[in-house]
Amino acid sequence: MASSLSDASLRRQYRIDFLFRHAARFFAALVLLLLLGILLSLVAGSLPAMRAFGPGFLVSAEWDPVKERFGALVPVIGTLATSAIALLIGIPVSFGIALFLTELSPVWMRRPLGTAIELLAAIPSIIYGMWGLFVFAPVFAGSIQPSLTATLGAVPYFGVLFRGAPMGIGVLTAGIVLAIMVIPFIASVMRDVFDIVPAVLKESAYALGSTTWEVVWNVVLPYTKVGVVGGVMLGLGRALGETMAVTFVIGNAHRLSASLIEPGNSISAALANEFTEAVGDLYSSALIELGLVLFLITFVVLALSKLLLMRLARFEGRQA
Amino acid sequence: MNRYLSRSTAVLAGALIAGAAVAAELTGAGATFPYPIYAKWAEAYKAKSGHSLNYQSIGSGGGIRQIQNKTVDFGASDLPLTVEELQKSGLIQFPTVIGGAVPVVNLPGVKPGELKLTGALIGDIYLGKVKKWDDPAVADLNPGVKLPAQDITVVHRSDGSGTTFIWSNYLSKISPEWKQRVGEGSAVNWPAGVGGKGNEGVASYVQRISGSIGYVEYAYALQNKLTYPQVKNRDGKFVAPNIESFRAAAAGAQWDKAPGMYLILTDQAGANSWPITGATFILMHKAQERPERGLEVLKFFGWAYAEGDKMATDLDYVPLPDAVVKTIQSAWKNQVKDTTGKPVWQ
Repeated sequence: MASSLSDASLRRQYRIDFLFRHAARFFAALVLLLLLGILLSLVAGSLPAMRAFGPGFLVSAEWDPVKERFGALVPVIGTLATSAIALLIGIPVSFGIALFLTELSPVWMRRPLGTAIELLAAIPSIIYGMWGLFVFAPVFAGSIQPSLTATLGAVPYFGVLFRGAPMGIGVLTAGIVLAIMVIPFIASVMRDVFDIVPAVLKESAYALGSTTWEVVWNVVLPYTKVGVVGGVMLGLGRALGETMAVTFVIGNAHRLSASLIEPGNSISAALANEFTEAVGDLYSSALIELGLVLFLITFVVLALSKLLLMRLARFEGRQA
Repeated sequence: MNRYLSRSTAVLAGALIAGAAVAAELTGAGATFPYPIYAKWAEAYKAKSGHSLNYQSIGSGGGIRQIQNKTVDFGASDLPLTVEELQKSGLIQFPTVIGGAVPVVNLPGVKPGELKLTGALIGDIYLGKVKKWDDPAVADLNPGVKLPAQDITVVHRSDGSGTTFIWSNYLSKISPEWKQRVGEGSAVNWPAGVGGKGNEGVASYVQRISGSIGYVEYAYALQNKLTYPQVKNRDGKFVAPNIESFRAAAAGAQWDKAPGMYLILTDQAGANSWPITGATFILMHKAQERPERGLEVLKFFGWAYAEGDKMATDLDYVPLPDAVVKTIQSAWKNQVKDTTGKPVWQ
């Protein structure tokens, strides 16, 4: 009767279970070890630069390979600014796409449209860079930028962000290209989490007379906030690290300027451009320290998102 | 089963032996500027002698690093190493071809060779002091040319490069302010402008941004049909960039008197000399650990000096004069030795 419980097969099953448990543990530990290894090698590589420049490295805008004086301020601000623009444009658009795909579109359209959005994510980033430089930048410089400078540039304080010569390349163009790259990621995650909201919750809200917007804002979004924040973090991670698309259109100028239309630099673009030719230990070490700064920025952003989620979770279950 | 096994083993053994009989590939890495001519020479040499050569254009700095680490048979660099650096790494350097860095502009209605600039003016433009095309400094030099009241957009290299080295070296020689503020090097702290990646990046920015000025290797200016200005040379004459003006600049160069062959050909005397000329160099170890490979590399370059001149001029490079080739080959005989001290090149 109980042939599957014979001694031999039991022992075999214990052995398989033992192997499985330890293999899984090993892979998890391997990932942690790799992370630690990368962090340690980044720190080791940037020691000469850390000793030479100290904490002033983070706030210095100088980048002089001849006199060997380096500062991370311009690339860091460029990375943060392009990612901020990418999210500012990308989150509302992705939200709209996800909302349309789950609530508003006809059922026959959902599959093909969803696939089309996901295809955008599959395009290699260097194609985005080339498209940005060859197609988008001339159009931007020809018609959109002059009108932006004329209208928004004339506003008293805020306008300084939009003043400058219409070159077509710059921090704003890089931010827009990044937004287009980031939208498929955020939109598909948002769409997936919007889909799993139980119909019971939405139908109850509709039954009480809510409009579609009220259902989305008050029922769907609070239910899916963990997934939405996760999707946004995914997009932000891509935006922070994106190299080739950014280096084509950002203008690669190590100068700080108030205008978004002026060229700037980002950490990954600076690394991609200068690492192979960097002569001298201090130059290479400064570039590795830039990489370490990017690593830390990503870490801080992730930590902040976890804090945000913890904050939001505290309000769950309260009286409205 | 046994027959299948023995047959497949025989096929495998045959393939391995045949593979070992093919000549080993020579490897080189470095500057992007001479990549087209090295690739062409390698192809022709392989057809003639069966030896293949693999050249990776990763940039002068990468080439220097690779040859110092002995991961390639030879390195290539647009910027020559100083005698101290050569001695520290035990390297010998020699030039192969000569070319020039050429300023290029995007001014609609201006034809190639029509605009005239001086080195001092180019320095001021790159320092950000001259900001508009109709500035008197530019207009005075170009009385008949219609200059628009447009901002000058400066384009430079975002990556490290030998072309930047030649360009910044020339500007340092001409403009004391440039020398003090910026200096020379394969990557510098540019006071103004946007950076393009590679010669291709600069060429494409200049093509797209109206009112821009940049600098590229001569071959890229020709291939992308960019507008180049004439530049005033040391003798006070305005010359256009072409093979004759590069050759004139190289003619006065005294390679045999330069220790370690460290010679920078910018701002050379001569009525027809192009002021921003430069040679590209090959780096090899003086003590060859594998002398047969060293000999193959020297044989390749010996063949290129003897038979490769036409291919070089077809691609808009200036080949070296025969006297210089003799100097180089006697340096090979005297300096490139195997571990027992016997010269590699006979």
